[in-house]
Formats: sequence, C-alpha cells, structure tokens
Amino acid sequence: MTQRIEARFEKCRAEGRAALVTYVMAGDPDLETSFEIMRNLPKAGADIVEFGMPFTDPMADGPAIQAAGLRSLKGGQNTIKTLDLVRRFRREDSDTPIILMGYFNPIYVYGVDRFLKDAKEAGVDGLIVVDLPPEEDDELCLPALSAGLAFIRLATPTTDDKRLPAVLANTAGFVYYVSITGITGAATPDFGKVSTAVERIKRHTPLPVVVGFGVKNGAHAAAIAKGADGVVVGSALIDALKGTLDPQERATSRSVEAVTTLVKELSEGVRSVSKRAAA
Amino acid sequence: MSAPAQPNSFRTGPDERGHFGMFGGRFVAETLMPNILELEKAYDEAKADPSFKADMDSYMAHYIGRPSPLYFAERMTEHLGGAKIYFKREELNHTGAHKVNNVLGQILLARRMGKKRIIAETGAGQHGVATATLCARFGLECIVYMGAVDVERQKPNVFRMKMLGAEVVPVQSGTKTLKDAMNEALRDWVTNVADTFYCIGTVAGPHPYPAMVRDFQCVIGNETRVQMMQAEGRLPDSLVACIGGGSNAIGLFHPFLDDRGIEIYGVEAAGHGLDKLHAASLSGGRPGVLHGNRTYLLMNEDGQIQDAHSISAGLDYPGIGPEHAWLHDVGRVNYISATDDEALAAFQLCSKLEGILPALEPSHALAKVMDLAPTKPKDHLMVVNISGRGDKDIPQIAEILGAKI
Repeated sequence: MTQRIEARFEKCRAEGRAALVTYVMAGDPDLETSFEIMRNLPKAGADIVEFGMPFTDPMADGPAIQAAGLRSLKGGQNTIKTLDLVRRFRREDSDTPIILMGYFNPIYVYGVDRFLKDAKEAGVDGLIVVDLPPEEDDELCLPALSAGLAFIRLATPTTDDKRLPAVLANTAGFVYYVSITGITGAATPDFGKVSTAVERIKRHTPLPVVVGFGVKNGAHAAAIAKGADGVVVGSALIDALKGTLDPQERATSRSVEAVTTLVKELSEGVRSVSKRAAA
Repeated sequence: MSAPAQPNSFRTGPDERGHFGMFGGRFVAETLMPNILELEKAYDEAKADPSFKADMDSYMAHYIGRPSPLYFAERMTEHLGGAKIYFKREELNHTGAHKVNNVLGQILLARRMGKKRIIAETGAGQHGVATATLCARFGLECIVYMGAVDVERQKPNVFRMKMLGAEVVPVQSGTKTLKDAMNEALRDWVTNVADTFYCIGTVAGPHPYPAMVRDFQCVIGNETRVQMMQAEGRLPDSLVACIGGGSNAIGLFHPFLDDRGIEIYGVEAAGHGLDKLHAASLSGGRPGVLHGNRTYLLMNEDGQIQDAHSISAGLDYPGIGPEHAWLHDVGRVNYISATDDEALAAFQLCSKLEGILPALEPSHALAKVMDLAPTKPKDHLMVVNISGRGDKDIPQIAEILGAKI
C-alpha cells in the first residue's frame, strides 16, 4: 500500500544518500503557480513531495505556513481543488510519493471515507495530520491504513521511550521526527540532539526516519542527512516563494524559480553526505 | 436527526478518553500529548487529595470572597411581571467575574506540578485578569495572549493585567480575536512545553480541560442549590446563563442536570442576527474539530473556521465547550440566543432597575430573562448567572451610545 514510498526510500538507499522531502502549500499563492512549483519539485531534486492542505487555524505552524495557508484560502483553495492538484501532478509523475499534510477539520467535514477514497484515487500515498495523536487513531489513522494510505506519525522530543511504541504502532511509510519542541519554521535544531533522537527512534522501528522543522538551507540539510533517512523542508521554501510576491501577494515571474533554486541547494546538501560508509 | 437516547445521569461524563457522547477528545499535536497526560494525572491526584480541596476552600473564602450572594432581583421581577428572578452574583468575586474560580484551581494545580510559567488566552480580558491576579499572588510568570482587536476594545483590562505584572501579547494572526489568541497560546505551549502550564479559560480544549474547568466552576451551582434552599425552601424552576465557551453556564447548570424538572437555558450570542454575523455555534454551526476537541463550530462548507461576531468580546468565539454540544444533542439544555441590541437593552434595564452594571456577556442571559420571565407564573423561581461586572465594558458602551467619557 505504500509502494511508492518504499520504492523511493529504496532508491535513495541504493544511491547511498538521504531523501529530500519538500513541503509547499497547495494553492499558494494561486492554483496555477502552485501547480508549476509542484511539478518542478522532483526535477529540482525532491524525492518525496508534501502538499499542505490549508486551514484557517494551523495551531502547530509558524508565521510562514500560517500566512501561506491564508494566501491559499484567499485564492479560493479547498480540499476538492487540492485533490485536483494531486491528480494533475500524478498524470505527469507516477513515481514520486505524494503526502498530504494538514489539520483534521477540513478532512472531517469533507467526510473521512469520502476523503480517503478520493485521495487514494487521486494518487495520494500518505497523510500527515498534525492534530491526530495516537489517542485518536479511530478517527482517521485506522481507516486510512484500511484504505491503503500511509498514516505518517510525528514523533517529537517529548515522545519518550515509554510513549514511542504507541506512536509507532499504527504508522506506515516513514516516521517524521519533529526536531524541536515548537512550531514550524522556528528555531534551528541542535543537530547533535537530533541524531541521538533518530538513533533512539530507529531502535523502535524498521521504518525510515525523516527529520523536519527548522531546516533552512543546504548546510542544515547536510547536517541532518548524516543520521536521518530523510530531511523535510517547508517554511524555508515558503519564505523563498513569499520573497518573490508582489505587494498584493501575487506571484511574479521569479516565484517558481525561487523555490526550485532552494530545492536544488537542499538537494545538493543532502547528496553531499554519503551514507554508504555507514551502511 | 432523532435525539440520542436519554442517559440515566447527565453528570457522568466525560469517559476516560474525554468524550461527552461524540464530542470532546484530545485533538492536539504529539508534542503536547505527554503534557496533557501528565496534567490529567496531576489533576486526578489533586482531586483525591483533601489538602488540595482545603487550599481551594480557603482561597475561595478569603481571597475570592465566596460564597457569592444569591440575590432576589425585586425590581426586575416587578418590572417583568412573571417569574421571581434571582441573580447569582458572580460579578462580586475578586477580579469581577466567575473566571477566577477556575483560575484558582488551575494555578494551585500548576504549583503542585512545579510549573513556574503560566500562559493564558483571553477574549474580554476577564480570564486574563484573573490569571494575572493569581500569578501575582503566587509569584509566577504570566503571559496572556489576546487578539489585537480585543486589546483595542478591552483597554481597561489590558492595563489591569499589566499592573498585575503580566505580559500581554497582542495576537495579529487570523481574525485577531479569541480563537487566534488560543492558537497562539497553543503555539507557545508547544514551544515551551517543559516549564509551562496552559491555563485555559473555558470548558474547551483537549481533555481533561473541559471536565477540569467545569469542576472548578461547579462551585456556582453548588452554592446556588444551598442558597435557594435557604431562601425559598426548594430548588429553582429554571436557570439561565450566557455561553461563549460556556464555563459560567456549565458551572451553574451541572449540579442541576439530574433534577429533570428544572428548565435550563443557555444563551448564545446572536451578534447582528443569526442570519448575519454572529457567535452562536449551536444555533448556526456544525460538528467539527478545533482547539483540541470536537464540538459545534462556525465554519464554511470546506471546514474553514469562520469569523464569529458579538458585541461582547467574551462570547466572540466560533466554538463551544464539548459538554454543551452534547447537552444540546441529548436535549437536556435549551440553547437560545440574544442579539447585540437585545443584550445592550438588557444591560441598560438591569443597571437602572437593580443598580447593578452587568458585563455585556451576562447581559445576553438577562435579555432572555426579559423574554422568559413574563411567560412564567409568579411562584416560578428563575436564577440568572451574572457572570461578570460591566466596568470593563463602559468605554465600549459609551462609544456605542454616543457618549463621551
């Protein structure tokens, strides 16, 4: 059920490197620019793509992703349009794993069963839903696994050894380690602590462990790539996009390129660390 | 949709996972889960500890000034010509509202847990003031998140909080009101999870907050039972309270839920009207998930949260506590609503007839008392919770009425 995700990590392992996972907000700043950005991500070096589903009240996100969500919503983005973007992406690219990331309410209101069916058919491989801890697995996690979608769990610095088994119990695809206690795009993580944490999680699961939150450039990506199976970058890409918008927050001719340029830098950072020696 | 079957008792919730029927739960980021479980454990231990209750009782009596009076509103009763109206005088509490009952409980709990940094969200500022007050009393650091719009319309409370040593952070994100203040408080908590206690001001948020805040507010209803027995030799016939998140209402209602003959009315804020901008989640919303719990929410067809509107900053929230959502669905409480204009009229009437300036929040409850009382016989005992005093609203009301102060 998670063949695309497994195949992609297998490919990265074969190349002796960590995977680059990129996050952009679906519909930011408008539908067509957003699609142009998405379709260019794999070409620029992204191995797995995460598309944010905008929500008015993103309580775990920092200012960059909050603003991106509001830009997207202002442009009329909704769940139907986000799934449509996935379909368009999938028509051109049948290999890159697609993860949808967001909050539960828009999915709940869309209808869990309907959402899972439509997401699967559109070509989604996995879901990250920030406000669904293991205590609420009945809501979406278990139905998603039955529907053949990976439910990717966030593990955090506060997830201790006692709690880790519960967090890892119904997960699939990969584990997303949140490098800091905090919101997206905030502090730069302590790379030493992150690598210790990744080792700790790996003792509990055979799944790949990717690390995100606070990764801003190629050097950060390289530092994370030493210990982790993948590096997630989101807010930094959104900041790069935002820097090109006009005063009315509309896309300009530089918008797509600003994102892909940073993705290339991150990709080089990830590829600069050979993991063959360690394997 | 048919109403769910009536339970044997309405007072047994929530279950161990924090559910009131389908509502409630723990919809939070993983980072917060260990903290929420720690809080639940600490609260369970405190509840079982007689010294915690003794501490609560002592501060309730000597610091807050409880019990608050149950006052026979004679002139209001005469004017409306029906039910005998009693005011539960929560506005006489130290800091001027019911909010302090809950804050005292949470701050004593934070001390037990060794947490030195307290964060809170506030709408009207009453919860922020109460939190700043108790933090001053116990020497704790206090950070209050308040929507930038509310900072502007509740200036007296902002200044009070600062005088009490709290840092007030104006929240510029989203709609810049209570829901955004709560988002920002949650972001702070996720960032400073190790040393920080989040003091939530209403019966919402992830389990155990809705149950814990309710328990701390039940002093209102428990006192009312005793006081009404002393005054009239029997229990009241009806209860009326305003609802934003719903903490003053659940505090009055909960001890009476199993007295099935008692009519209970929760009054939401209908703003400009239910067909226009309002804050009535039960009357105009649908079930959804926000701020850690499933409840009725104001939202669009895509699940995006919509702006609430009320003249009263304390009711200006697009959700409602999950226990109210359940009590609505099982039909035990009648949820009705009052508009901005109705609340303003009730504020003026109460001030002139009783010499009591109610806050704009309980003015919504009074507005419905004005509708309900005349339809009842003279021996009908009606209790309305005057959950806060109106001093904080004076600048805003003066502006609306075109007066210069």
